[in-house]
Amino acid sequence: MITTNEILDTIEMISQQHLDIRTITMGISLRDCGREDLRECCGRIYDKITKSAENLVRVGEDIEREFGIPIVNKRISVTPIAIACECCDTESFVPFAETLDRAAKEVGVNFIGGFSALVQKGFTAGDRRLIDSIPEALRATERVCSSVNVASTRAGINMDAVALMGRIIKRTADLTDGQGCAKLVVFANAVEDNPFMAGAFHGVGEPERVINVGVSGPGVVHSALQKVKGQPFDVVAETIKKTAFRVTRMGELVAQEASRRLGAPFGIVDLSLAPTPAVGDSVADILEEMGLESVGAPGTTAALALLNDAVKKGGVMASSNVGGLSGAFIPVSEDAGMIRAAAAGRLTIEKLEAMTCVCSVGLDMIALPGDTDEATIAAIIADESAIGMINQKTTAVRVIPVPGKGVGDRVDFGGLLGSAPIMPVNRCSAREFVARGGRIPAPINSLKN
Amino acid sequence: MRAIVTVIGRDTVGIIASVCAILAKCGVNVLDISQTVMREYFTMIMLVDTAGCSVDFAELSGLLRREGEARGLDIRIQREDIFEAMHRI
Repeated sequence: MITTNEILDTIEMISQQHLDIRTITMGISLRDCGREDLRECCGRIYDKITKSAENLVRVGEDIEREFGIPIVNKRISVTPIAIACECCDTESFVPFAETLDRAAKEVGVNFIGGFSALVQKGFTAGDRRLIDSIPEALRATERVCSSVNVASTRAGINMDAVALMGRIIKRTADLTDGQGCAKLVVFANAVEDNPFMAGAFHGVGEPERVINVGVSGPGVVHSALQKVKGQPFDVVAETIKKTAFRVTRMGELVAQEASRRLGAPFGIVDLSLAPTPAVGDSVADILEEMGLESVGAPGTTAALALLNDAVKKGGVMASSNVGGLSGAFIPVSEDAGMIRAAAAGRLTIEKLEAMTCVCSVGLDMIALPGDTDEATIAAIIADESAIGMINQKTTAVRVIPVPGKGVGDRVDFGGLLGSAPIMPVNRCSAREFVARGGRIPAPINSLKN
Repeated sequence: MRAIVTVIGRDTVGIIASVCAILAKCGVNVLDISQTVMREYFTMIMLVDTAGCSVDFAELSGLLRREGEARGLDIRIQREDIFEAMHRI
């Protein structure tokens, strides 16, 4: 029998420390939906998504009630549209984004990911058409998320794609007053089973349908660390591992249950400490709890490295199917502690870049001055891709150059996406660097110093 | 299916009676019950069996929650599996 203390621990985690299932994401393959005729192609996509996911939201809500654990989001990821719709006879891919949006609204999910292309080694004709359509697609839709993979450890960095994405981000910002950029991620080493938005897509090696679950819980880790104040890092790591274990076990239980009820195979549990703007749900708070005056102070990278690694270790002990991005996210606008530090000038983009060497993804939800030029954004993407490529990890860039705003202003993205101060960017030009184009070759995998 | 009912809040007369009345009306069998004052709160934990429950789980959960709100208590019902998963290997 479970003890009273254990029961109360769980309830406290849920009611006071914001423990939740952040998302149940159903991956749906659209590989059989490609048709030459645009109308027919859109029809098949709509029908497949709405049929496959018709019960997703209801089942999510049932599980939420029975287990008494909040399931914050129900979402869908699909095969990268550049692949699924390549054969379609259309110049603009915007109609596909509109179809995804309609399907998402019909089944009641708040985001659908997969308006994506994988171009780490080069573009196909479909990849180009999709990427050119991204700004208009994000203007015309509410729930569609887009991602482009521009680099990998095996292929190197496609610098033509990097330069192009600099332009696409600027164009998206201009068309959407910046808001669309919150739903656009540029990846290196993108994973195929990530359930978190905005970077989720259903990889080509995935089955017909799959259930992936993302669990979170920065508040739970923070609270556990408050009980080991001043103790050595061995104790800190052990405490994080134990907490991550419990959280992942809960995620696996929910994932198995959702998979059974929806008749779709269980894929992975992604244990990512994903902050929200709510007080007490912050990754920055965890780093500060380890003894830093503010996130961004010297020591931040080491603290984050320990956190990210301990979370993974606790997770893999708890479930044989840990996957996705698993680790700690460091989105600025979605984390009250990061926002505080950025607004006070204690956290800079350069420090965030260093932190992305050891966190689970990359530069995330960072608002930039509206006059940041496309070459600078492309160069930021190149830097981040290089970190991912060399270190064999996923990195990403989700930055928002907000039209008409400058350093010191604030921008609000609404809901889970939060709000952010505009952060200063190094103004030295990278125009000639970016203009070179071509490919940065894949790195050597020996002589590792 | 086994579930755990937890009641947390300030102690008042008749808490157990009112919770048990709801459970009995819905055909839910109480298997175990413990009550204590913990972390400054009155805490009651019940292990129940919902196999014979005459209403669906969502409705039962709603009835208990509303009873809790009326009395200024936090009353939850959750499947037992979640506690097992989190605290047992």
